[in-house]
Amino acid sequence: MTRRLAPVAVALAFAAGSAGAAEIRVLNWKGYGTDETWAVEAFERSTGHTVVHDHFNSEQEMLTKLRTNPGAYDVVLINSAYTRQAAEEGLIQPIDTAGMRNVDDLAPDMATNEELNANGALHGVPWVWGVTGFAYDRREFEEAPTSLEVFWDPALKGRVGWRDDALEAVQFAALATGQSINDIEDMQAVRDKLQALMPQLATLWSSENDWNRFMASGDFVVATYWSGSANRSRTNFGLPVEFVVPEEGAIGWLDGLSIPAGSENVEAAKAFIDWMIDPRFYVQWDGEVGAPASANLEAAAALGDQAFNRIVLGNPEAIERIEIMGPVPEETRREYLELWQELKAGL
Amino acid sequence: MRPPPSLRAREARGTAALLAPAYLWLTAAVFVPLAVMLGLSFLTETPFGGRDWAVTLGQYEDALGKPLYRELLRRSLLLAGEVTLWCVVIGWPAAFVLAKVIGPRRRGALFLLTILPFWSNGLVRVFSWAILLRGAGVIDWAVEGLTPLEVEGSLLFTREAVVIGLVHAYLPYVVLTGYLSISAIGDDLLEAARSLGASRWLVFLRVVAPLSLPGVAAGAALVFVPVAGAFMEPRILGGREGTFLGTVIEDQFTAVFNWPFGAALSFVLLAAVLAVLAVSAPAVRAAR
Repeated sequence: MTRRLAPVAVALAFAAGSAGAAEIRVLNWKGYGTDETWAVEAFERSTGHTVVHDHFNSEQEMLTKLRTNPGAYDVVLINSAYTRQAAEEGLIQPIDTAGMRNVDDLAPDMATNEELNANGALHGVPWVWGVTGFAYDRREFEEAPTSLEVFWDPALKGRVGWRDDALEAVQFAALATGQSINDIEDMQAVRDKLQALMPQLATLWSSENDWNRFMASGDFVVATYWSGSANRSRTNFGLPVEFVVPEEGAIGWLDGLSIPAGSENVEAAKAFIDWMIDPRFYVQWDGEVGAPASANLEAAAALGDQAFNRIVLGNPEAIERIEIMGPVPEETRREYLELWQELKAGL
Repeated sequence: MRPPPSLRAREARGTAALLAPAYLWLTAAVFVPLAVMLGLSFLTETPFGGRDWAVTLGQYEDALGKPLYRELLRRSLLLAGEVTLWCVVIGWPAAFVLAKVIGPRRRGALFLLTILPFWSNGLVRVFSWAILLRGAGVIDWAVEGLTPLEVEGSLLFTREAVVIGLVHAYLPYVVLTGYLSISAIGDDLLEAARSLGASRWLVFLRVVAPLSLPGVAAGAALVFVPVAGAFMEPRILGGREGTFLGTVIEDQFTAVFNWPFGAALSFVLLAAVLAVLAVSAPAVRAAR
């Protein structure tokens, strides 16, 4: 009896010490770490706070949810390319990291990332990062492709996949034409490159689920993809895919956890974020499900030698080629979308 | 004899009470959101998050002026026309058979098969078609198993796949409206035609078709309107060929937070659809 009650008593004492139990509402992509049942249960046991999730399907939807429901969320995942915009619109608040145990272990360049520190204060705690490159079916290639040019290979006509996302399409075409993703000067070259790509495509994918389905059915033999997702495709779906950081470069992204401006449970939200950047959570997430790379150096160091993130993203030469995606003005996004739609419509 | 005024007033109140739920619902669920969208379509920016906005006609200038959107509008209307045509060609004779040719017992079973698509989730239907139409999929397998033919290529991710998926989804509208109007045709008319030597086909063409035209036309309108704005089927079955005005409108709302432009495109589409219906209404009347 006493033995069974002891953990409860400890949890209650802990909860009492941390300003009472709160219900924190988390807004994130579905199936992206924070909503893993084992993690949420462990957090709830340890702190007494309960966790409720809501999900979004695009960054725009996330921003829309923050704009239209002030005060509805306590923790939100924001891609660093959008953190500045969210901070400037007053959607998220600065985070005082005092008392967060794991913050000191964050990679210094990510903790001081300009976008996460928009408006001169930390608005997003760096959580995980990754790369958009491509992945291929290893049974279909005798020699591992290393260049983006594989997408324009006439032998693979009708068998390549690309994400239905205007910004990503334009940025990949920029890399393929030797330009920087954050400073595209020759849009005509981008358009021509994409125009040449269209007949090569089997179809466009928009979710991880799509991607796995098209890869499993053989519709795709090579397709653009996210590093963490490629990891999951191997671990969870047993797909024979290999991830590539293309020699022309790859699109890097850094995801931070932020606290919305209207949150009434700031302390509980900080406890949750601290839990999420803890190496113990990360190692289990990566081992059981497959995660992107951690921004916590201790967490990254705790992975086993065979871990995907060690092998693919631990290579300094590959890291050199990754360009972190910066903010893109809305006007530019709309231009890219129109270009992408014209190409899809065959105009 | 006219009823006394108090009775008429009571009758009017009764009518109002009967109509109120439907009209209140329509007002809340259709007219108010539609009015909000119409208002949005005249703004320069989505008015959330402290954005600056102004009143403009620019969204409509872009929606009507840029070749991309004109071309997509043309394609969406053509797609809607084609799907409607197939629904009528397949659904009208089916409605005739259901209403007049077969007995009541088999009618129940056939009816069930017709409306079955209505009971399943739209997304499930579309994904089942994706499985069927895929290269090396069920259809190829059946054809190659039963015949010496070899199937090449795949229907999935083509415009044809979009048409097939949409016809399947919307066929019940034409069958149901057609069935209702054909059921209303007296059996004596059909017997008269038959006794004068007309074949079943001739009966259908000369007697049933003209009399049930209004019902089928209503069904066709029920198909045409939603198909013109369809976005789910084109996206999933059409792949790269699946860009229509509906998918572009969806992108404006979900991908670039450009609600005003999405709204303007929606109203251009609505106006075009209403224009098509207005032009075809007299033609339907004349055909009778």
